[in-house]
Amino acid sequence: MWENVAEVREVAFHVTRFTPERDVKPRVQTFQVPVRAGMTVLEGLHYIKENLDSSLVWRYSCRMGVCGSCGMLLNGRPGLACNTQIFDIAGTDLTVGPLPNFDVVRDLIPDLVPMFSKHAGLRPHVVREDAADQDDPAGEYFQTPAQLEEFLQFTYCIKCACCMAACPTLATDAGYLGPMPLAQVQRYNVDTRDGGRGERLAAAGAAHGVFRCHYAGECSRVCPKGVDPAKAIQHLKRQLVLDYLHLARRQKPCAKQHGPGKGTRDPQIPASPPRTIGA
Amino acid sequence: MPELKRHDNRLGIWGWLGGGRWGMERYAYILHRVTGLGILAYFLMHICVTSLRAWGIYLWTGEGAFLDAPVFKVGEFLVFSAFAFHAFNGVRLILVELGFAVGKPIEPVYPYKSSLHVQRPLFLAMMVLAAVFFAAGSYEFWHGLAR
Ligand code: SF4
Ligand code: SF4
Ligand code: FES
Repeated sequence: MWENVAEVREVAFHVTRFTPERDVKPRVQTFQVPVRAGMTVLEGLHYIKENLDSSLVWRYSCRMGVCGSCGMLLNGRPGLACNTQIFDIAGTDLTVGPLPNFDVVRDLIPDLVPMFSKHAGLRPHVVREDAADQDDPAGEYFQTPAQLEEFLQFTYCIKCACCMAACPTLATDAGYLGPMPLAQVQRYNVDTRDGGRGERLAAAGAAHGVFRCHYAGECSRVCPKGVDPAKAIQHLKRQLVLDYLHLARRQKPCAKQHGPGKGTRDPQIPASPPRTIGA
Repeated sequence: MPELKRHDNRLGIWGWLGGGRWGMERYAYILHRVTGLGILAYFLMHICVTSLRAWGIYLWTGEGAFLDAPVFKVGEFLVFSAFAFHAFNGVRLILVELGFAVGKPIEPVYPYKSSLHVQRPLFLAMMVLAAVFFAAGSYEFWHGLAR
């Protein structure tokens, strides 16, 4: 534990730089950064930009582990710059690089489009047979808390790509769908409101799909949100195997409970407070 | 606007073979692949060597047979060691990849507990079994050789 909060220690940031107009390949530039206890890698990068080299670029937005923009390779391991404290992972030296397994656009910025394309191709949303109702739902769908828990953990994904950068399978197979998109397949497949399971399973079970994963588990270890994509992927494999053996329980997407305003209020739920604006 | 050049940052073979701040399952993954490739290589050589029978060549019989050379004995021992790890780790992987021993989805509460923690006792138990199998086999192998 860092006892003296006021104490400042110099940490050498070895930052990967890449300027596509000039550099043939990335190079490493070292900056001395004065670090206090509690300071995050993101703050360290801001210090560099404000005081040492304003040309350094990286991606960030929320600076609180929510937007998923600031994934980087920190001392050889993918993580969010904004929720990694420097002293938690570094003594006197810290290497900061772009997330591997993606092309580098500039400095610390990876091109995440391949990941998002794979994700989008797997229909990561609730799919209903009735397309009109899907676009403009006219009521609530019935779902119990237990059914919600079957996928809730996987909904916390912020699409930061740390898992994709850590996956050894993705390192050698660029076509592999990868932990994030596959975890989202499981997230929607077990959602009782969904009817798109068949289509997603066909894609997930194909050549570069779920069976390329051999549970190195690195995706779950680095995930900053506790999503545990490796768990989702193993459950997905089980689904595929059971389907193949015709042992899976068939489940129809749940029915609509009632239209808006047609339900009855559960007496245990207190009435909402009076409106304060637009009343 | 002209397309800017990018740098391909795919880790390639080093991405699965290389070390880093990784966990024990990652090293098991590496070792599983390496031992798998080793066993496959042995299997192919085994087929070639035994096929030589078709031409009346027997490399493994008789006093001072070609395959009795120490290098092949050491090789055989390596194949046995690879098998000990690959078989027991393989049992774990079959169970895990069928969704057993990874746990049900949970509410992620910091510090996060992942499926890695759930399957870890199985992993360790399999490694102990592999070690026992390896020790017994090694004794038999070298002792038998000395006889
Ligand atoms: S599963 Fe975790 S590591 Fe992967 S993209 Fe989602 S939040 Fe990031
Ligand atoms: S568990 Fe599967 S998806 Fe996750 S890092 Fe390992 S191989 Fe990749
Ligand atoms: S800046 Fe949003 S997750 Fe780090």
